[in-house]
Amino acid sequence: MDYFLTEEQQMIQDLARQIAEEKVLPVRAELDEKEEFPRELLAHFAAADLCGLNIPEAYGGMGLGMFEQALATEQVARVCCGVAVSYASSGLGIFPLLLYGSEEQKQKYLPGVAQGKTLAAFALTESSAGSDASNIQTTAERDGDDYVLNGSKQWITNAGEADFYTVVAITDRTKGPRGATFFVVEKGDPGFSFGKREKKMGIRCSATGELIFNDCRIPADRVIAREGMGFIVAMRTFDVSRPGVGALGVGLAQGALEAAVDFARTRVQFGRAIINHQAVAHMLADMATSVEAGRALVYAVARYLDSGAKDISKVSAMAKLFTSDTAMKVTTDAVQIYGGHGYMREYPVEKMMRDAKILQIFEGTNQIQRNIIGQELNKESGRKKK
Amino acid sequence: MEILICIKQVPDTRDVKLDPETNTLKREGVDSIVNPFDLYAMEAALALRDAHGGQVTALTMGPPQAAEALRELVSYGVDEAALLSDRAFAGADTWATSYTLALGAKKLGGFDLIVCGKQAIDGDTAQVGPELAEQLGLPYAAFVRRIVSFDPESGRLTVERLMDDGYDVVEIELPALITVVKEIGEPRVPSLKGKMRAKKIDIPVLTAADIEADEDKIGLSGSPTRVLEVFAPQPRGQRVSIEGEPGEQVRELFEHLKKDKTLAAKVGAS
Repeated sequence: MDYFLTEEQQMIQDLARQIAEEKVLPVRAELDEKEEFPRELLAHFAAADLCGLNIPEAYGGMGLGMFEQALATEQVARVCCGVAVSYASSGLGIFPLLLYGSEEQKQKYLPGVAQGKTLAAFALTESSAGSDASNIQTTAERDGDDYVLNGSKQWITNAGEADFYTVVAITDRTKGPRGATFFVVEKGDPGFSFGKREKKMGIRCSATGELIFNDCRIPADRVIAREGMGFIVAMRTFDVSRPGVGALGVGLAQGALEAAVDFARTRVQFGRAIINHQAVAHMLADMATSVEAGRALVYAVARYLDSGAKDISKVSAMAKLFTSDTAMKVTTDAVQIYGGHGYMREYPVEKMMRDAKILQIFEGTNQIQRNIIGQELNKESGRKKK
Repeated sequence: MEILICIKQVPDTRDVKLDPETNTLKREGVDSIVNPFDLYAMEAALALRDAHGGQVTALTMGPPQAAEALRELVSYGVDEAALLSDRAFAGADTWATSYTLALGAKKLGGFDLIVCGKQAIDGDTAQVGPELAEQLGLPYAAFVRRIVSFDPESGRLTVERLMDDGYDVVEIELPALITVVKEIGEPRVPSLKGKMRAKKIDIPVLTAADIEADEDKIGLSGSPTRVLEVFAPQPRGQRVSIEGEPGEQVRELFEHLKKDKTLAAKVGAS
């Protein structure tokens, strides 16, 4: 369907698709099998100017928005969700800086990411704090001109690969939700190390691991926004990043849909291609309809964000929720249409189904997304009655 | 290093079909692409530029729409481009083409190295690169698979030239021309800034008059070769592979020849 892209948006979409098909497609199965981080592929995205789409031009980026970023992410995810996550996670890592960073911080960290010379990562989750972000145990104590961090972060995307990390830690437990603070921690900071790299069900080429802070000492100018702003920074970050997860879901589901249609046209049973069996055709029709609905939602929400709208929590959560559930359903159905072939690693849909599951879990589980949407509905209704 | 790449816009032969009546390519509805070997030439040129500085200019001879192929190269990072386009150039064979490209290269001027793809996928002659070197009086190496080194002091380029049974290492003094094979390295991807630049870049068009071409040496009339016929080779007959001991193989072969009536049955009887 024509989404009336500008010439520039069309170029971004074409470019991301070209890299995905020429560079990612030939190696996606091998990267998955070997659980190998796609560093070489990320260099192609950097060379193509796709690493700083939503970074302002003043910091070396293209000065565009989440919509353009979503267009690129979708095309990469259509071919490999693992590579797309590695590509997009650096973007998640810099959101706290884009939204709340000081001028000095932006000058220091953003140009490298825009040029693809450095990678970023975002670190909130801990072993006992995921959905319940208020239960964060990592602490940061002021000590003269420094902060000293202690604790660990778990399941951090791009762990070990990224050059710097935006990390939330508790600076004053007595203040509850206002006691958390975001910091930039650089690879090589004293007392900062990495735990083991996790072995995952899907998106296996992306790097997931533990960050360990053992009396990790960083200068006070690494605070993002100011002390106590940690949860606000985290929530605002998720508000703008979730349509990006939506783009991952749309792309992944689109890839699975195309694979399923192609297979159904060539697979013959009972004397005809299975796409001519109504049971299969109806499955494909439902898959295609949800993919298109998800795409329309993600594009609309991303454009709404880029307009500078403030009331974005609800729609942003919807974009993530609907598309990740769609990706799970569509990839599962694609495996079903492939039948026995689909269960074999030789065919692409098995990996797609494994890759899809994480989209319902990370950046807020889909249960949390429903909580957010429910709370916003409650608030909206309350405001109406006054 | 100032580098010129000579490229060709070709029909995407992955889609092309032959008209069985006229034996010509059916070009309607077929996309035009940059000759794939020329993208390898581009990559080799851009890599040399990135390592040693200078500029890469792309040149092609073709109809006005060939400018699109040049724009595509600019999106990959090629610095400048020029189009040789004139009705008088039409119908050129490889010799008239290389004559025209040579004049275009002289007009643009001052290149240390010219890089061409080994051949175009429509004509498949692999002649234009070497002929262009002859027209310009330059040393050349064809089928280069790797650029080993460049010594700016001596102006010498060391390359590996692909041969049927291995490769030659050739040292060549610039200015020179090379044609490259795909082993030279996969082309990079375009960039967003490159695509934007490609949209806006001014591509000068050079006519026969601009390059002061001798009209007896360009286009169809300047072409010493003629294509008499284009035809698809007859499909070969069905092949049978015979295995076993030599004696058995001979007996089986003999049976086949008898069955095909290649040999008379009574010969077999004697």
